[in-house]
Amino acid sequence: MILVWLILIPFLGGLFCWQAERWGDKAPRWIALATMLFVLVISIVLWWTGDFSLPDGGQSPWLLEWRAPWIPRFGIEIHLALDGLSLILVALTGFLGALAVLCSWHEIAHRVGFFHLNLLWILGGVVGVFLALDLFLFFLFWEMMLVPMYFLIALWGHSGSAGHTRIRAATRFFIYTQASGLLMLVAILTLVFVHYANTGVFSFSYDVLRGTDVPDALAPWLMLGFFIAFAVKLPVVPFHGWLPDAHAQAPTAGSVDLAGILLKTAAYGILRFALPLFPEESQAFAPVAMTLGLVGIIYGAVLACGQQDIKRLIAYTSISHMGFVLIALYSGSELAIQGAVVLMVAHAFSSAGLFILSGQIYERLHTRDMRIMGGLWGRIPILPGFTLCFVAASLGMPATANFVGEFMILFGTFPTAPVVVVIASGGLVLAAIYSLLLMQRVHFGPVHRQGSLPGPDLREYGMMLALVALVLLVGLYPQPLLDTTAAVSGPAAELFTDGKLSTLAGEVD
Amino acid sequence: MLTLNSLLAVLPLIIVATTAVVVMLGIAWQRHHGVTALVSAAGLVLALLALPMAYGAPESPPLMQVDGLAIMASTLVLLSALVTVALSHHYLTGYLGPREEFYLLLLCAVTGALGLVASDHLATLFISLELLSMPLYGMLAYSFRAERSLEAGIKYLILSAAATAFLLFGMALIYARTGRLDLAGLAAGLAASPDSWTLAGAALMLAGLGFKLSVIPFHLWTPDVYQGGPAPATIFLATVSKLAVFAVLIRLVLTAPIFESEWLLTLISLLALITMLGGNLLALFQSNLKRLLGYSSIAHFGYLLVAVVAGGSLAVETTGVYLVTYLATTLAAFGVVTQVSSPFSGEDAAGLHHYRGLFWRRPWLAAVMTVSFLSLAGIPLTAGFIGKFYVIALGVADSRWWLVGGIVAGSAIGIFYYLRVMVTLYMPEPGMRRRDATNDWGNRVGGLTLLATAVVILLLGIYPAPMIDWVVGLSAVP
Repeated sequence: MILVWLILIPFLGGLFCWQAERWGDKAPRWIALATMLFVLVISIVLWWTGDFSLPDGGQSPWLLEWRAPWIPRFGIEIHLALDGLSLILVALTGFLGALAVLCSWHEIAHRVGFFHLNLLWILGGVVGVFLALDLFLFFLFWEMMLVPMYFLIALWGHSGSAGHTRIRAATRFFIYTQASGLLMLVAILTLVFVHYANTGVFSFSYDVLRGTDVPDALAPWLMLGFFIAFAVKLPVVPFHGWLPDAHAQAPTAGSVDLAGILLKTAAYGILRFALPLFPEESQAFAPVAMTLGLVGIIYGAVLACGQQDIKRLIAYTSISHMGFVLIALYSGSELAIQGAVVLMVAHAFSSAGLFILSGQIYERLHTRDMRIMGGLWGRIPILPGFTLCFVAASLGMPATANFVGEFMILFGTFPTAPVVVVIASGGLVLAAIYSLLLMQRVHFGPVHRQGSLPGPDLREYGMMLALVALVLLVGLYPQPLLDTTAAVSGPAAELFTDGKLSTLAGEVD
Repeated sequence: MLTLNSLLAVLPLIIVATTAVVVMLGIAWQRHHGVTALVSAAGLVLALLALPMAYGAPESPPLMQVDGLAIMASTLVLLSALVTVALSHHYLTGYLGPREEFYLLLLCAVTGALGLVASDHLATLFISLELLSMPLYGMLAYSFRAERSLEAGIKYLILSAAATAFLLFGMALIYARTGRLDLAGLAAGLAASPDSWTLAGAALMLAGLGFKLSVIPFHLWTPDVYQGGPAPATIFLATVSKLAVFAVLIRLVLTAPIFESEWLLTLISLLALITMLGGNLLALFQSNLKRLLGYSSIAHFGYLLVAVVAGGSLAVETTGVYLVTYLATTLAAFGVVTQVSSPFSGEDAAGLHHYRGLFWRRPWLAAVMTVSFLSLAGIPLTAGFIGKFYVIALGVADSRWWLVGGIVAGSAIGIFYYLRVMVTLYMPEPGMRRRDATNDWGNRVGGLTLLATAVVILLLGIYPAPMIDWVVGLSAVP
């Protein structure tokens, strides 16, 4: 039942925030903050008390499970389950949710209640995605989190230059994700009807559908249906068109949620659904996926170098980082998949940090254009130092969590796809270039305008310190994280058993 | 033979017809708007209550077939008519001409719809269809001093007459080949391999019915009529009329084997595909809400045509579920337009600019609108998603990949204009003067009905199991 509450708390909290607006602006903020901290605390308690050792043969792989019939006509259930991976991501959602509330404390000044309603509903939907095991339920949450995100960008976003309005960005985000989501729905339904034709039973259950015997002609298409839906959200390069605009136009809280958690739902979806449901097809597809990942790494990094808008720059770096995750997920190596999980967490921290910092700079300078920044190091106390920390994390400096993730990914993938690793390592150099460019253009260089600006207040200080501490903690001692998710990444790696992959990967490159 | 038992089966129809007569006599005796509305609503409620009795009746009267499909469609017809009456009352209070006859026309049309969904014979089919359409001309042109309303009425009258001619010609061709007019006889007579005459007859009938459903390329009347007609009349047209016609179409397709011929199926698939894509594309840049909803309803019936193509018991189930979700959604969406335009004062407030910032003035009304548009777009947790789920499932189950692709593409296009309307509701208000719902809208019958409709949309989206069970129970018969 605690799983149901994990999902319901943000939804109820959101409704409460909406109505709390009549008690002033502060009330919704505090309620939203309390709600997200509550989710965080629950997941930390679960983590503290849970046992994440590898399950033996007969044991259920789930730490907690809850199911109830929902639409019996099609065998649809409300089936929630939690394992190490979901737990980590739910905790991350709680943490970044609290940060999102905090970072919009001053930024959002009008319609505060409705803003927090949307914010919390996104987070509720994300938690649902991480917990749902019934494919129908998963799809429901997957689509449902779009609507509040749309409103968040469309109503509280920044209007960029001409042709880059926030409503346009929000609509584009929605259409990309919705259309690809429908492809996934078609794939899910086809899978269900194939299963029905085989057994005469309707079921949307993950466990049941995993064993479905899909005709060979159909299976690759179904796998693609899932993959495209996740690829749009991740994003993988040909499907990334929505991301830079959505990030640039979104309010800080929206960017934090997008980069921190929403992108992770895609990686989670690949790891939880696309790979286990279609192991053979995924293995055959791995070279393509890895190539797409490589393209993403290079493309994201190169485009990041050329951006003038600080948030767009960070958005493109996300594409680059997610390329690493994609390569790792399709590598079939346990080490690399664990690295992907670490990188997901690390990227959530570092990109959230950078987005919050750019939000704070925006509050002071009222611009995101890097051409009219420059020389901020002397004008704002403390914030540039924090920026340096997150920039270092983003470029994968040792001792930061990002380093651990990227290192494990490259190291784990090397035996199966050496060429891919070699090219991907080149991406690390590009990462150094765009990170330092960001630092140089914003904080060093010629001073664009004189006069000192206020430093961070207690709230901003606290957020930054917490993020830096987590980046370093995971970077220096990632073992607890690895232990928690080992039970997931091990079996995921075993899906690619035979040595077919290495030869295929060699051919493509 | 017409026995007392078989009369029981058409009891709802008799009740509605009687109510129409009572309303007519009442108007002749003394005009009273409130009482007329109340009597009409009471008649519709009574008819609803009589439905279980009708379903339990041991036999149907001649020329009619009161089966699960008929009962299901009748329930939906009566419920939609009830909502229309509830919304009309507030709307018509501002109308300066005679208001009471609107209910008379509405009741006559409902009688036609009830007969249509139960018709088992081409004669009843035709008579009921005309009984449904004739009052609609009057309803659409009700505020005849407004130019657009008159235009809508006349346009619908002329084009509808042309469509009726198609339908009759098709019936005549089929009669010429088979010599039968009852559906069972048609099914038997057409069992042999169809020749070009019967195919042409079936295609002409399809065209006639497709006109009422505004299937592209027979859709040209839709936007103008939707825009011009008074809001309650448009609601009635969009819900009751389309629903009843679709019910009879699916009955025809299921009984007459001619519709299983590959040539006709390809034709219908093609029509479905261009209807769902065309409807959505044409809606993209509309700035009049009623026109936009008109195009959107074109697209929705394009999706629903998948059920006609697929056939089988799942198709009837899909039809039922989709119609339920479509009705709830359309009633809510048009209901908001009606509320904002109530009480009547000339043309309806349907321009998108009237709705700018509605959320900050009338949060609940805007919430209803948001829910209904999310449902139109098929977003999860609303009824519309369940409908879309069913249609896609049916397409997948029947391996109609082109149609499934069309639904996906159509929905993706549709999102664009649904979002455009939705976000308008939340934009900051401009300083311009605009029309607005009256302050007490939420305390009136119409407003309460509207809120209830929105709740129904959400309930159906969150827990659709009872509705699905109901539909499955009624669609199992043929």
